[in-house]
Amino acid sequence: MSRPPERAPRARLLAACAVLAATLVAASAIATDRFPGIGRPATEREVAAWDIDVRPDFLGLPKGSGTVEQGMEVWEAKCASCHGTFGESNQVFTPLVGGTTAADIASGNVANLRRVDYPQRTTMMKAPYVATLFDYIRRAMPWNEPKSLSDDEVYAVLAYMLNLAEVVPDDFRLGDANMAEVQARMPNRNGMTTAHAMWPGREFPSAAARPDTANAPCMSDCAAAVEVASALPDYARPAHGNLASQHRRIGPVRGIVTGDDDPDATDDPSPPAMKRAKDAGCMACHGIANKVVGPSYADVARRYRGVADALDLLAGRVRNGAEGVWGALAMPAQEDVSDADARLIVEWILAGAPER
Amino acid sequence: MKKNKGLGMPGSAQDHGRVPGRIRRAPENFLSAEDIAAVASGRRDVLRRGFMAALGLGAASAATVARADDPDIVDPVPWSTTLGLPVAATPYGMPSRYERNLVRRQSPGLTQVGAASVAFTPLQGSFGIVTPSGLHFERHHQGWTDIDPRRHRFMVNGSRPGMVARPMVFTMDDLMRLPSVSRMHFLECGANTGMEWGNVAVPTVQYTHGMISCSEFTGVELRLLLEMCGADLSRGRFVLAEGADGSSMTRTIPMDLVMSGEVLVAWGQNGEMLRPENGYPLRLVVPGVQGVSWVKWLRRVELGDQPWGAKDESIHYVDLMPDGQHRQYTSIQEVKSVITTPSGGQALVGKGFHAISGLAWSGRGAVQRVDVSVDGGRNWRPATLQQPVMSKCLARFVFPWTWNGERAILQSRAVDDTGHVQPTYRQLREVRGTRSIYHNNAIQSWLVEPGGEVSNVQTA
Repeated sequence: MSRPPERAPRARLLAACAVLAATLVAASAIATDRFPGIGRPATEREVAAWDIDVRPDFLGLPKGSGTVEQGMEVWEAKCASCHGTFGESNQVFTPLVGGTTAADIASGNVANLRRVDYPQRTTMMKAPYVATLFDYIRRAMPWNEPKSLSDDEVYAVLAYMLNLAEVVPDDFRLGDANMAEVQARMPNRNGMTTAHAMWPGREFPSAAARPDTANAPCMSDCAAAVEVASALPDYARPAHGNLASQHRRIGPVRGIVTGDDDPDATDDPSPPAMKRAKDAGCMACHGIANKVVGPSYADVARRYRGVADALDLLAGRVRNGAEGVWGALAMPAQEDVSDADARLIVEWILAGAPER
Repeated sequence: MKKNKGLGMPGSAQDHGRVPGRIRRAPENFLSAEDIAAVASGRRDVLRRGFMAALGLGAASAATVARADDPDIVDPVPWSTTLGLPVAATPYGMPSRYERNLVRRQSPGLTQVGAASVAFTPLQGSFGIVTPSGLHFERHHQGWTDIDPRRHRFMVNGSRPGMVARPMVFTMDDLMRLPSVSRMHFLECGANTGMEWGNVAVPTVQYTHGMISCSEFTGVELRLLLEMCGADLSRGRFVLAEGADGSSMTRTIPMDLVMSGEVLVAWGQNGEMLRPENGYPLRLVVPGVQGVSWVKWLRRVELGDQPWGAKDESIHYVDLMPDGQHRQYTSIQEVKSVITTPSGGQALVGKGFHAISGLAWSGRGAVQRVDVSVDGGRNWRPATLQQPVMSKCLARFVFPWTWNGERAILQSRAVDDTGHVQPTYRQLREVRGTRSIYHNNAIQSWLVEPGGEVSNVQTA
């Protein structure tokens, strides 16, 4: 019979650590233990695939770079059709570039934002953080192919946009290493304030304690005289269609008549081809009269007026896609649209895309 | 003669009888000489005659024309004399075909791209406080999508190592097994009434205020999910919410609201799953905060110690002030109300009694009181609030009014349970100018003309 060996001090320490670790694990697992079998750990690759956000302090910014010149190529292929060659287009979205000056770059405040008469605010007039532009382009652009750009392409196209706004020179290479330098030149970098009471939390030290308006609930003889200061002009009456057709036909009120359609109609008057075009998503990129991402139906009808095989040609393009016909942006193939539906829609387009 | 409509059964070829309750066009230049002659000659058109009498118009009054029997009473009507349709003829029930005027609509010229636009809720026809899911307003930043819920995943992670001890992934199966809550809340776009900052721009309450809806939402508290992942709730002061759609929209969410248990990761809306346009199968619910923060198609939340300055919180959804500064992270939808009946673009069907009715809400809590004025804000009387009145939820108010046929300017003014009073346009503009776009909660005015027509106006 032999005595059990005495435990070495080191072994005792390890055992104590194990007990402590087990306790910690148990403590941190309390919430999970409440709901066993629900959820699973995310893998590193999964987190990396989705966690692509970039904060204003550049946390999350990926390594990479791109030049203004490279950006121009991406821009002309994938951005210009909506935003214009110089980011100035107002046709599809509000302009990206314009309204900022060298003085704004120096001060960090865009002077035109103080002008009541200034017609429009461009993205570059508002954007306080260059990181936001990177984050948004990477997650959401191009419009119909979000997340398709490589990180280097995002740097390049952002460099091009910043060059259009004269924030960086023509020979600039933008990358993770010099984003902070560019941030120091953002025209509206000092243009934001959190001095208000509309954030439901205590995170912003400059927040106001109270709302910025303080109406008193007066009950009688509150205003000396009541004048109408603003009303819709007569010419605007039909601008929202027939209001009679936008109201119930029973009850205490009727919609006033501002158009000639029948407010008592009980069927959708739009032609079947138009319904099909809507259902198939065609009208996300094509307007009836206005250019959106693709050409308007009016423009298509105009171009193919009198073309003998236009119906076959265009129905084929709907189903198989096309490239380079109306600009650099490709029309994607619509495989879910049957040949019969494609022909129905194209016939309707060629007939001028009537809405009724 | 106008052709009469049939009973309106789907697929029915019957075309006899009349549209029930048909009334002539609204009293806006609608009385042609023939109309007046027709009524004066005593043609059988009871409703028209009643309307004429009510408005006191023309030579023909109820007294001068003999009252005839109503053909919808004395003659057989098709819905009483035919076989109706079987059950499940429309497996998912739809509104009556006579209700097709009340639909979501775009405001012409507001945007140029349908996938980055707004469709407004038809508040002019609403009752109570619930918005039917199919009429919930739409605002998309890069189109809507219909996600296969079996392939949808929800991830929780941290912006730095240790911020969340165990980044986790949940399937819809996982989330829907957790203890859920159902709560009613309004959801208002920060840009609601945004077209009206400088002057009157749109005709009806659908376009002035139709970027608000109210639903019962069902989901699990976000706080619970963060706790399950071992979130460091002392260091984490902000939560990023991110969508799974093309725009993968992101917004910074206030931690205080998350910790209060109010913020939900929700799949249910009005007793069924969310509609695809409203984020199917998963969206964030951030009570009292503008709609853009209620991220749709929610796929991920991230805990961090700084706000993210996302596109929709540094380039859009920032409020331009007169000094050229933009207010950033403006989130709370402050106390607001609007009369929905009668409202702009409508005409009253007659003099006499009308129940003025409208909606009130506050992102800071519950509506405490609504006052109504019929003289443009000179004198006010309290309206009745219909029950229940809930926190960060629409409240319906009603106010009895006998219209004497004279010009009137109708206004409503809400007070919330923090004591904050809905401001006038003057008060709002004194602080914020006219270019803010966002968070216009001013008192709305509707002008009633002697003819009964109601229009959108702003008073000096």
